[in-house]
Amino acid sequence: MTPPEPLKLLNKVQAINWNRIQDDKDVEVWNRLVNNFWLPEKVPLSNDVQSWATLTPAEQQLTMRVFTGLTLLDTIQGTVGAVSLIPDSLTPHEEAVYTNIAFMESVHAKSYSSIFSTLSNTKDIDEAFRWSTENPNLQKKASIVLDYYHGDEPLKRKVASTLLESFLFYSGFYLPMYWSSRAKLTNTADLIRLIIRDEAVHGYYIGYKFQRGLELVDQAKRDEIKDYAFSLMYDLYENEVQYTQDLYDEVGLTEDVKKFLHYNANKALMNLGYEPMFPKSVTDVNPAILSALSPNADENHDFFSGSGSSYVIGKAVNTEDEDWDF
Amino acid sequence: MSTDLIYFSSVSGNTRRFVEGLGRPASRIPLYAREERLKATQPYVLVLPTYGGGETGGAVPKQVIQFLNDEENRGLIRGVIAAGNTNFGEAYCLAGDIVARKCKVPLLYRFEVFGTPDDREAVQIGLDRLWKQL
Repeated sequence: MTPPEPLKLLNKVQAINWNRIQDDKDVEVWNRLVNNFWLPEKVPLSNDVQSWATLTPAEQQLTMRVFTGLTLLDTIQGTVGAVSLIPDSLTPHEEAVYTNIAFMESVHAKSYSSIFSTLSNTKDIDEAFRWSTENPNLQKKASIVLDYYHGDEPLKRKVASTLLESFLFYSGFYLPMYWSSRAKLTNTADLIRLIIRDEAVHGYYIGYKFQRGLELVDQAKRDEIKDYAFSLMYDLYENEVQYTQDLYDEVGLTEDVKKFLHYNANKALMNLGYEPMFPKSVTDVNPAILSALSPNADENHDFFSGSGSSYVIGKAVNTEDEDWDF
Repeated sequence: MSTDLIYFSSVSGNTRRFVEGLGRPASRIPLYAREERLKATQPYVLVLPTYGGGETGGAVPKQVIQFLNDEENRGLIRGVIAAGNTNFGEAYCLAGDIVARKCKVPLLYRFEVFGTPDDREAVQIGLDRLWKQL
Protein backbone atom coordinates (compact mmCIF):
# COMPACT_ATOMS: atom_id res chain seq x y z
CA MET A 1 0.00 0.00 0.00
CA THR A 2 1.30 3.44 -0.92
CA PRO A 3 1.80 5.84 1.97
CA PRO A 4 -1.54 7.53 2.63
CA GLU A 5 -1.87 11.05 1.31
CA PRO A 6 -3.84 13.64 3.23
CA LEU A 7 -7.42 13.44 2.05
CA LYS A 8 -8.10 15.94 -0.67
CA LEU A 9 -10.75 18.50 0.10
CA LEU A 10 -12.58 20.89 -2.19
CA ASN A 11 -10.62 24.14 -2.29
CA LYS A 12 -13.52 26.18 -3.57
CA VAL A 13 -17.11 25.93 -2.45
CA GLN A 14 -20.12 27.87 -3.64
CA ALA A 15 -23.46 28.05 -1.87
CA ILE A 16 -25.44 25.17 -3.33
CA ASN A 17 -28.52 26.21 -5.28
CA TRP A 18 -31.09 23.42 -5.51
CA ASN A 19 -33.19 25.62 -7.76
CA ARG A 20 -30.65 25.40 -10.55
CA ILE A 21 -29.98 21.79 -11.44
CA GLN A 22 -27.37 20.65 -13.95
CA ASP A 23 -28.09 16.93 -13.70
CA ASP A 24 -31.63 15.69 -12.94
CA LYS A 25 -30.13 12.44 -11.65
CA ASP A 26 -28.77 14.30 -8.61
CA VAL A 27 -32.26 15.38 -7.51
CA GLU A 28 -33.83 12.03 -8.38
CA VAL A 29 -31.26 10.09 -6.34
CA TRP A 30 -31.27 12.58 -3.45
CA ASN A 31 -35.06 12.23 -3.18
CA ARG A 32 -34.85 8.47 -3.38
CA LEU A 33 -32.22 8.27 -0.67
CA VAL A 34 -34.22 10.57 1.60
CA ASN A 35 -37.40 8.52 1.03
CA ASN A 36 -35.50 5.33 1.79
CA PHE A 37 -34.02 6.66 5.04
CA TRP A 38 -34.27 4.28 7.99
CA LEU A 39 -32.66 3.54 11.36
CA PRO A 40 -31.94 0.17 12.96
CA GLU A 41 -34.13 1.04 15.96
CA LYS A 42 -37.17 0.63 13.67
CA VAL A 43 -36.48 -3.08 13.18
CA PRO A 44 -37.62 -5.41 16.01
CA LEU A 45 -34.33 -7.29 16.21
CA SER A 46 -35.10 -8.68 19.65
CA ASN A 47 -37.68 -10.98 18.04
CA ASP A 48 -34.68 -12.93 16.72
CA VAL A 49 -33.28 -13.83 20.15
CA GLN A 50 -35.03 -17.20 20.25
CA SER A 51 -34.04 -18.01 16.68
CA TRP A 52 -30.41 -17.09 17.45
CA ALA A 53 -30.41 -19.69 20.21
CA THR A 54 -31.26 -22.41 17.67
CA LEU A 55 -28.01 -21.80 15.75
CA THR A 56 -25.03 -23.98 16.59
CA PRO A 57 -21.99 -22.24 18.13
CA ALA A 58 -20.21 -22.56 14.76
CA GLU A 59 -23.15 -20.98 12.95
CA GLN A 60 -23.29 -18.15 15.48
CA GLN A 61 -19.57 -17.53 15.07
CA LEU A 62 -19.89 -17.51 11.28
CA THR A 63 -22.73 -15.01 11.49
CA MET A 64 -20.78 -12.71 13.81
CA ARG A 65 -17.72 -12.85 11.57
CA VAL A 66 -19.73 -12.12 8.44
CA PHE A 67 -21.24 -9.09 10.14
CA THR A 68 -17.92 -7.70 11.38
CA GLY A 69 -16.65 -8.01 7.80
CA LEU A 70 -19.64 -6.03 6.57
CA THR A 71 -19.12 -3.50 9.37
CA LEU A 72 -15.57 -2.93 8.16
CA LEU A 73 -16.69 -2.28 4.56
CA ASP A 74 -19.45 0.09 5.66
CA THR A 75 -17.01 1.94 7.90
CA ILE A 76 -14.57 2.36 5.01
CA GLN A 77 -17.29 3.56 2.68
CA GLY A 78 -18.74 5.95 5.29
CA THR A 79 -15.57 7.55 6.56
CA VAL A 80 -13.30 7.39 3.50
CA GLY A 81 -14.96 6.08 0.33
CA ALA A 82 -18.00 8.26 -0.19
CA VAL A 83 -16.16 11.28 1.24
CA SER A 84 -13.23 10.80 -1.16
CA LEU A 85 -15.63 11.16 -4.10
CA ILE A 86 -16.76 14.65 -3.06
CA PRO A 87 -13.80 16.61 -4.54
CA ASP A 88 -14.31 14.90 -7.92
CA SER A 89 -17.98 15.87 -8.21
CA LEU A 90 -19.21 17.32 -11.49
CA THR A 91 -22.02 19.28 -9.81
CA PRO A 92 -22.55 20.76 -6.32
CA HIS A 93 -25.62 18.53 -5.93
CA GLU A 94 -23.47 15.48 -6.52
CA GLU A 95 -21.36 16.58 -3.55
CA ALA A 96 -24.51 16.70 -1.41
CA VAL A 97 -25.58 13.22 -2.53
CA TYR A 98 -22.20 11.81 -1.42
CA THR A 99 -22.67 13.31 2.04
CA ASN A 100 -25.98 11.46 2.24
CA ILE A 101 -24.36 8.22 1.08
CA ALA A 102 -21.54 8.65 3.62
CA PHE A 103 -23.98 9.13 6.47
CA MET A 104 -26.11 6.15 5.47
CA GLU A 105 -23.00 3.95 5.37
CA SER A 106 -22.35 4.98 8.97
CA VAL A 107 -25.93 4.01 9.81
CA HIS A 108 -25.31 0.61 8.20
CA ALA A 109 -22.08 0.12 10.15
CA LYS A 110 -23.87 0.99 13.36
CA SER A 111 -26.77 -1.35 12.71
CA TYR A 112 -24.49 -4.40 12.85
CA SER A 113 -23.63 -3.36 16.37
CA SER A 114 -27.36 -3.23 17.14
CA ILE A 115 -27.63 -6.83 15.90
CA PHE A 116 -24.64 -7.86 18.02
CA SER A 117 -25.83 -6.25 21.21
CA THR A 118 -29.30 -7.77 20.75
CA LEU A 119 -28.19 -11.32 20.00
CA SER A 120 -24.75 -11.82 21.48
CA ASN A 121 -22.47 -10.98 24.40
CA THR A 122 -19.42 -8.78 24.91
CA LYS A 123 -16.93 -11.61 24.83
CA ASP A 124 -18.15 -13.04 21.53
CA ILE A 125 -18.54 -9.56 20.01
CA ASP A 126 -14.95 -8.69 20.90
CA GLU A 127 -13.75 -12.00 19.52
CA ALA A 128 -15.53 -11.39 16.21
CA PHE A 129 -14.04 -7.91 15.86
CA ARG A 130 -10.62 -9.35 16.68
CA TRP A 131 -11.12 -11.90 13.89
CA SER A 132 -11.96 -9.11 11.47
CA THR A 133 -8.66 -7.36 12.15
CA GLU A 134 -6.69 -10.59 11.80
CA ASN A 135 -8.26 -12.26 8.76
CA PRO A 136 -5.77 -11.63 5.92
CA ASN A 137 -8.32 -11.81 3.11
CA LEU A 138 -10.67 -9.36 4.76
CA GLN A 139 -7.78 -7.00 5.49
CA LYS A 140 -6.53 -7.34 1.92
CA LYS A 141 -9.95 -6.47 0.55
CA ALA A 142 -10.00 -3.36 2.72
CA SER A 143 -6.48 -2.32 1.79
CA ILE A 144 -7.00 -2.76 -1.98
CA VAL A 145 -10.00 -0.43 -1.87
CA LEU A 146 -8.43 2.09 0.55
CA ASP A 147 -5.40 2.27 -1.69
CA TYR A 148 -7.50 3.55 -4.58
CA TYR A 149 -9.42 5.98 -2.44
CA HIS A 150 -6.09 7.57 -1.52
CA GLY A 151 -4.89 7.59 -5.14
CA ASP A 152 -5.15 10.60 -7.44
CA GLU A 153 -7.42 9.15 -10.14
CA PRO A 154 -11.06 10.25 -9.77
CA LEU A 155 -12.36 7.67 -12.25
CA LYS A 156 -10.49 4.83 -10.56
CA ARG A 157 -11.90 5.90 -7.22
CA LYS A 158 -15.40 5.58 -8.68
CA VAL A 159 -14.58 2.13 -10.05
CA ALA A 160 -13.35 0.98 -6.64
CA SER A 161 -16.37 2.53 -4.95
CA THR A 162 -18.89 0.92 -7.30
CA LEU A 163 -17.24 -2.48 -6.93
CA LEU A 164 -17.40 -2.11 -3.16
CA GLU A 165 -21.09 -1.10 -3.18
CA SER A 166 -22.21 -3.60 -5.80
CA PHE A 167 -19.87 -6.58 -5.38
CA LEU A 168 -17.77 -6.74 -2.21
CA PHE A 169 -20.68 -6.77 0.23
CA TYR A 170 -22.32 -9.85 -1.21
CA SER A 171 -20.21 -12.61 0.31
CA GLY A 172 -21.62 -11.23 3.56
CA PHE A 173 -25.17 -10.45 2.44
CA TYR A 174 -25.53 -14.07 1.39
CA LEU A 175 -25.70 -15.38 4.94
CA PRO A 176 -28.70 -13.44 6.32
CA MET A 177 -30.56 -14.32 3.09
CA TYR A 178 -29.66 -17.96 3.70
CA TRP A 179 -30.93 -17.82 7.29
CA SER A 180 -34.06 -16.04 6.15
CA SER A 181 -34.76 -18.75 3.56
CA ARG A 182 -34.74 -21.23 6.46
CA ALA A 183 -37.01 -19.01 8.56
CA LYS A 184 -34.15 -18.01 10.89
CA LEU A 185 -33.11 -14.51 12.00
CA THR A 186 -35.89 -13.07 9.86
CA ASN A 187 -35.88 -9.63 11.51
CA THR A 188 -32.14 -9.37 11.06
CA ALA A 189 -32.74 -10.25 7.41
CA ASP A 190 -35.30 -7.44 7.16
CA LEU A 191 -32.67 -4.99 8.39
CA ILE A 192 -30.07 -6.34 5.95
CA ARG A 193 -32.57 -5.96 3.10
CA LEU A 194 -32.77 -2.25 3.89
CA ILE A 195 -28.98 -2.07 3.60
CA ILE A 196 -29.08 -4.05 0.35
CA ARG A 197 -31.64 -1.63 -1.06
CA ASP A 198 -29.46 1.36 -0.17
CA GLU A 199 -26.35 -0.18 -1.68
CA ALA A 200 -28.21 -0.68 -4.97
CA VAL A 201 -28.96 3.05 -5.20
CA HIS A 202 -25.38 3.93 -4.19
CA GLY A 203 -23.83 1.57 -6.76
CA TYR A 204 -26.18 2.77 -9.48
CA TYR A 205 -25.45 6.44 -8.79
CA ILE A 206 -21.68 6.21 -8.45
CA GLY A 207 -21.58 4.01 -11.57
CA TYR A 208 -23.68 6.57 -13.41
CA LYS A 209 -21.36 9.41 -12.40
CA PHE A 210 -18.41 7.27 -13.46
CA GLN A 211 -19.92 6.98 -16.95
CA ARG A 212 -20.51 10.75 -17.11
CA GLY A 213 -16.86 11.21 -16.15
CA LEU A 214 -15.71 8.82 -18.88
CA GLU A 215 -17.43 11.01 -21.47
CA LEU A 216 -15.00 13.81 -20.59
CA VAL A 217 -11.79 11.88 -21.37
CA ASP A 218 -10.32 10.62 -24.66
CA GLN A 219 -10.53 7.07 -25.99
CA ALA A 220 -7.04 6.12 -24.83
CA LYS A 221 -7.94 7.04 -21.27
CA ARG A 222 -11.25 5.17 -21.52
CA ASP A 223 -9.40 2.05 -22.66
CA GLU A 224 -6.96 2.39 -19.78
CA ILE A 225 -9.76 2.77 -17.25
CA LYS A 226 -11.62 -0.23 -18.67
CA ASP A 227 -8.50 -2.42 -18.39
CA TYR A 228 -8.04 -1.15 -14.87
CA ALA A 229 -11.67 -1.86 -13.91
CA PHE A 230 -11.52 -5.45 -15.12
CA SER A 231 -8.14 -6.15 -13.54
CA LEU A 232 -9.34 -4.71 -10.23
CA MET A 233 -12.43 -6.88 -10.53
CA TYR A 234 -10.24 -9.97 -11.10
CA ASP A 235 -8.02 -9.13 -8.11
CA LEU A 236 -10.98 -8.51 -5.85
CA TYR A 237 -12.76 -11.61 -7.13
CA GLU A 238 -9.78 -13.85 -6.44
CA ASN A 239 -9.48 -12.45 -2.93
CA GLU A 240 -13.23 -12.69 -2.43
CA VAL A 241 -13.20 -16.40 -3.28
CA GLN A 242 -10.56 -16.99 -0.61
CA TYR A 243 -12.46 -14.89 1.91
CA THR A 244 -15.59 -16.89 1.09
CA GLN A 245 -13.69 -20.14 1.70
CA ASP A 246 -12.42 -18.82 5.06
CA LEU A 247 -15.98 -18.21 6.14
CA TYR A 248 -18.15 -20.79 4.47
CA ASP A 249 -16.07 -23.94 3.91
CA GLU A 250 -16.91 -25.18 7.36
CA VAL A 251 -20.64 -25.06 6.72
CA GLY A 252 -20.30 -26.32 3.13
CA LEU A 253 -21.83 -23.28 1.45
CA THR A 254 -18.84 -21.92 -0.47
CA GLU A 255 -19.98 -22.98 -3.95
CA ASP A 256 -23.44 -21.58 -3.38
CA VAL A 257 -22.00 -18.25 -2.20
CA LYS A 258 -19.76 -18.07 -5.27
CA LYS A 259 -22.75 -18.11 -7.60
CA PHE A 260 -24.14 -15.16 -5.69
CA LEU A 261 -20.76 -13.42 -6.07
CA HIS A 262 -20.77 -13.98 -9.85
CA TYR A 263 -24.30 -12.70 -10.19
CA ASN A 264 -23.46 -9.53 -8.28
CA ALA A 265 -20.08 -9.04 -9.99
CA ASN A 266 -22.00 -8.87 -13.27
CA LYS A 267 -24.34 -6.24 -11.87
CA ALA A 268 -21.40 -4.23 -10.52
CA LEU A 269 -19.75 -4.20 -13.97
CA MET A 270 -23.04 -3.21 -15.56
CA ASN A 271 -23.42 -0.34 -13.11
CA LEU A 272 -20.10 0.88 -14.53
CA GLY A 273 -21.51 0.44 -18.06
CA TYR A 274 -19.46 -2.67 -18.88
CA GLU A 275 -20.77 -5.95 -20.23
CA PRO A 276 -21.20 -8.71 -17.63
CA MET A 277 -18.22 -11.03 -17.21
CA PHE A 278 -19.67 -14.28 -15.83
CA PRO A 279 -21.80 -16.54 -18.06
CA LYS A 280 -25.28 -17.73 -17.12
CA SER A 281 -23.92 -21.17 -16.20
CA VAL A 282 -22.18 -19.78 -13.07
CA THR A 283 -24.66 -17.04 -12.09
CA ASP A 284 -27.58 -19.37 -11.36
CA VAL A 285 -28.14 -18.19 -7.81
CA ASN A 286 -29.88 -20.67 -5.53
CA PRO A 287 -33.63 -19.88 -5.97
CA ALA A 288 -34.10 -19.86 -2.19
CA ILE A 289 -31.50 -17.10 -1.84
CA LEU A 290 -32.89 -15.10 -4.75
CA SER A 291 -36.36 -15.43 -3.33
CA ALA A 292 -35.17 -14.28 0.11
CA LEU A 293 -33.75 -11.23 -1.64
CA SER A 294 -36.68 -10.55 -3.95
CA PRO A 295 -39.80 -12.68 -3.35
CA ASN A 296 -41.07 -12.69 -6.95
CA ALA A 297 -37.81 -12.60 -8.89
CA ASP A 298 -38.18 -16.13 -10.25
CA GLU A 299 -38.49 -16.57 -14.00
CA ASN A 300 -41.96 -18.07 -13.79
CA HIS A 301 -43.23 -14.60 -13.09
CA ASP A 302 -42.35 -13.60 -16.66
CA PHE A 303 -44.62 -14.30 -19.61
CA PHE A 304 -41.75 -14.99 -22.03
CA SER A 305 -39.62 -17.24 -19.86
CA GLY A 306 -42.20 -18.87 -17.62
CA SER A 307 -44.73 -21.52 -18.51
CA GLY A 308 -47.27 -18.81 -19.23
CA SER A 309 -50.10 -20.76 -17.70
CA SER A 310 -49.48 -19.50 -14.17
CA TYR A 311 -49.36 -15.99 -15.49
CA VAL A 312 -51.29 -13.24 -13.72
CA ILE A 313 -51.58 -9.65 -14.85
CA GLY A 314 -49.55 -7.71 -12.31
CA LYS A 315 -49.76 -8.35 -8.61
CA ALA A 316 -51.86 -6.10 -6.42
CA VAL A 317 -49.74 -3.07 -5.71
CA ASN A 318 -50.68 -0.18 -3.57
CA THR A 319 -48.76 2.57 -5.28
CA GLU A 320 -51.47 4.74 -6.76
CA ASP A 321 -50.25 7.96 -8.14
CA GLU A 322 -52.42 11.03 -8.67
CA ASP A 323 -50.89 11.52 -12.11
CA TRP A 324 -52.71 8.58 -13.67
CA ASP A 325 -55.82 9.58 -15.64
CA PHE A 326 -57.29 6.09 -15.89
CA MET B 1 -42.15 1.13 -40.89
CA SER B 2 -43.59 -0.47 -37.80
CA THR B 3 -42.38 0.41 -34.35
CA ASP B 4 -42.25 -2.78 -32.35
CA LEU B 5 -41.11 -1.11 -29.19
CA ILE B 6 -41.74 2.09 -27.35
CA TYR B 7 -39.41 2.77 -24.47
CA PHE B 8 -38.48 5.26 -21.81
CA SER B 9 -34.94 5.70 -20.58
CA SER B 10 -33.57 8.28 -18.16
CA VAL B 11 -30.26 10.07 -18.72
CA SER B 12 -28.43 7.01 -17.39
CA GLY B 13 -29.48 5.32 -20.66
CA ASN B 14 -29.60 1.72 -19.40
CA THR B 15 -33.02 0.95 -20.89
CA ARG B 16 -32.02 2.63 -24.16
CA ARG B 17 -28.97 0.39 -24.26
CA PHE B 18 -31.09 -2.72 -23.74
CA VAL B 19 -33.50 -1.70 -26.51
CA GLU B 20 -30.70 -0.81 -28.93
CA GLY B 21 -29.16 -4.22 -28.28
CA LEU B 22 -32.32 -5.81 -29.67
CA GLY B 23 -31.94 -3.99 -32.98
CA ARG B 24 -35.69 -3.66 -33.46
CA PRO B 25 -37.55 -0.54 -34.59
CA ALA B 26 -38.11 1.50 -31.44
CA SER B 27 -39.26 4.96 -30.42
CA ARG B 28 -38.29 6.78 -27.25
CA ILE B 29 -40.73 8.58 -25.00
CA PRO B 30 -39.17 12.06 -24.62
CA LEU B 31 -37.42 12.93 -21.37
CA TYR B 32 -38.39 16.58 -21.24
CA ALA B 33 -41.75 18.30 -21.39
CA ARG B 34 -40.40 20.79 -23.94
CA GLU B 35 -39.98 17.96 -26.49
CA GLU B 36 -42.78 16.92 -28.82
CA ARG B 37 -44.98 14.20 -27.32
CA LEU B 38 -44.77 10.71 -28.75
CA LYS B 39 -47.87 9.27 -30.45
CA ALA B 40 -48.20 5.52 -30.95
CA THR B 41 -49.65 4.63 -34.35
CA GLN B 42 -49.69 0.85 -34.12
CA PRO B 43 -49.46 -1.97 -31.57
CA TYR B 44 -46.29 -1.89 -29.47
CA VAL B 45 -44.56 -3.35 -26.43
CA LEU B 46 -43.52 -0.85 -23.77
CA VAL B 47 -40.05 -1.10 -22.21
CA LEU B 48 -39.46 0.94 -19.07
CA PRO B 49 -37.22 1.18 -16.01
CA THR B 50 -38.49 1.06 -12.43
CA TYR B 51 -37.66 4.17 -10.48
CA GLY B 52 -36.87 3.87 -6.90
CA GLY B 53 -36.83 0.95 -4.60
CA GLY B 54 -38.95 2.53 -1.90
CA GLU B 55 -42.53 1.90 -0.87
CA THR B 56 -43.52 5.48 -1.38
CA GLY B 57 -44.69 5.35 -5.00
CA GLY B 58 -43.14 6.94 -8.01
CA ALA B 59 -41.99 3.63 -9.49
CA VAL B 60 -43.32 4.50 -12.95
CA PRO B 61 -41.53 7.47 -14.54
CA LYS B 62 -43.84 10.50 -14.93
CA GLN B 63 -43.13 10.67 -18.66
CA VAL B 64 -44.51 7.15 -19.08
CA ILE B 65 -47.64 7.98 -17.09
CA GLN B 66 -48.18 11.01 -19.31
CA PHE B 67 -47.73 8.88 -22.43
CA LEU B 68 -50.22 6.27 -21.19
CA ASN B 69 -52.74 8.86 -20.09
CA ASP B 70 -53.34 9.38 -23.83
CA GLU B 71 -56.14 6.93 -24.59
CA GLU B 72 -54.96 6.16 -28.11
CA ASN B 73 -51.46 5.35 -26.90
CA ARG B 74 -52.91 3.17 -24.19
CA GLY B 75 -55.15 1.34 -26.63
CA LEU B 76 -52.21 0.09 -28.68
CA ILE B 77 -50.06 -1.37 -25.89
CA ARG B 78 -49.75 -5.17 -26.08
CA GLY B 79 -47.29 -5.96 -23.32
CA VAL B 80 -44.66 -4.59 -20.93
CA ILE B 81 -40.98 -5.30 -20.38
CA ALA B 82 -39.53 -3.79 -17.22
CA ALA B 83 -36.08 -3.13 -15.82
CA GLY B 84 -35.28 -3.16 -12.12
CA ASN B 85 -32.99 -4.48 -9.43
CA THR B 86 -33.56 -7.55 -7.24
CA ASN B 87 -31.97 -5.51 -4.41
CA PHE B 88 -35.28 -3.68 -4.25
CA GLY B 89 -36.98 -6.82 -2.96
CA GLU B 90 -40.72 -6.82 -3.59
CA ALA B 91 -40.35 -3.66 -5.63
CA TYR B 92 -38.24 -5.52 -8.22
CA CYS B 93 -39.46 -4.27 -11.62
CA LEU B 94 -42.53 -2.85 -9.89
CA ALA B 95 -43.11 -0.36 -12.73
CA GLY B 96 -43.84 -3.34 -15.00
CA ASP B 97 -46.39 -4.77 -12.58
CA ILE B 98 -48.14 -1.42 -12.25
CA VAL B 99 -48.39 -0.74 -15.99
CA ALA B 100 -49.44 -4.34 -16.71
CA ARG B 101 -52.22 -4.11 -14.17
CA LYS B 102 -53.43 -0.67 -15.18
CA CYS B 103 -53.40 -1.43 -18.92
CA LYS B 104 -54.50 -5.08 -18.52
CA VAL B 105 -51.64 -6.47 -20.61
CA PRO B 106 -49.04 -9.13 -19.73
CA LEU B 107 -45.72 -8.36 -18.04
CA LEU B 108 -43.58 -10.14 -20.62
CA TYR B 109 -40.09 -10.00 -19.15
CA ARG B 110 -37.88 -8.37 -16.53
CA PHE B 111 -34.19 -7.58 -16.62
CA GLU B 112 -31.57 -5.79 -14.51
CA VAL B 113 -29.47 -2.73 -15.46
CA PHE B 114 -29.17 -3.05 -19.28
CA GLY B 115 -29.72 -6.80 -19.49
CA THR B 116 -27.35 -9.68 -20.18
CA PRO B 117 -26.88 -11.33 -23.61
CA ASP B 118 -29.20 -14.10 -22.35
CA ASP B 119 -31.88 -11.54 -21.57
CA ARG B 120 -31.62 -10.08 -25.06
CA GLU B 121 -31.93 -13.52 -26.62
CA ALA B 122 -34.97 -14.45 -24.53
CA VAL B 123 -36.69 -11.18 -25.44
CA GLN B 124 -35.94 -11.56 -29.16
CA ILE B 125 -37.51 -15.01 -29.22
CA GLY B 126 -40.41 -13.91 -27.06
CA LEU B 127 -41.19 -10.83 -29.16
CA ASP B 128 -41.06 -12.82 -32.43
CA ARG B 129 -43.56 -15.25 -30.96
CA LEU B 130 -45.77 -12.51 -29.56
CA TRP B 131 -46.05 -10.59 -32.84
CA LYS B 132 -46.98 -13.79 -34.70
CA GLN B 133 -49.74 -14.50 -32.21
CA LEU B 134 -51.29 -11.05 -32.36
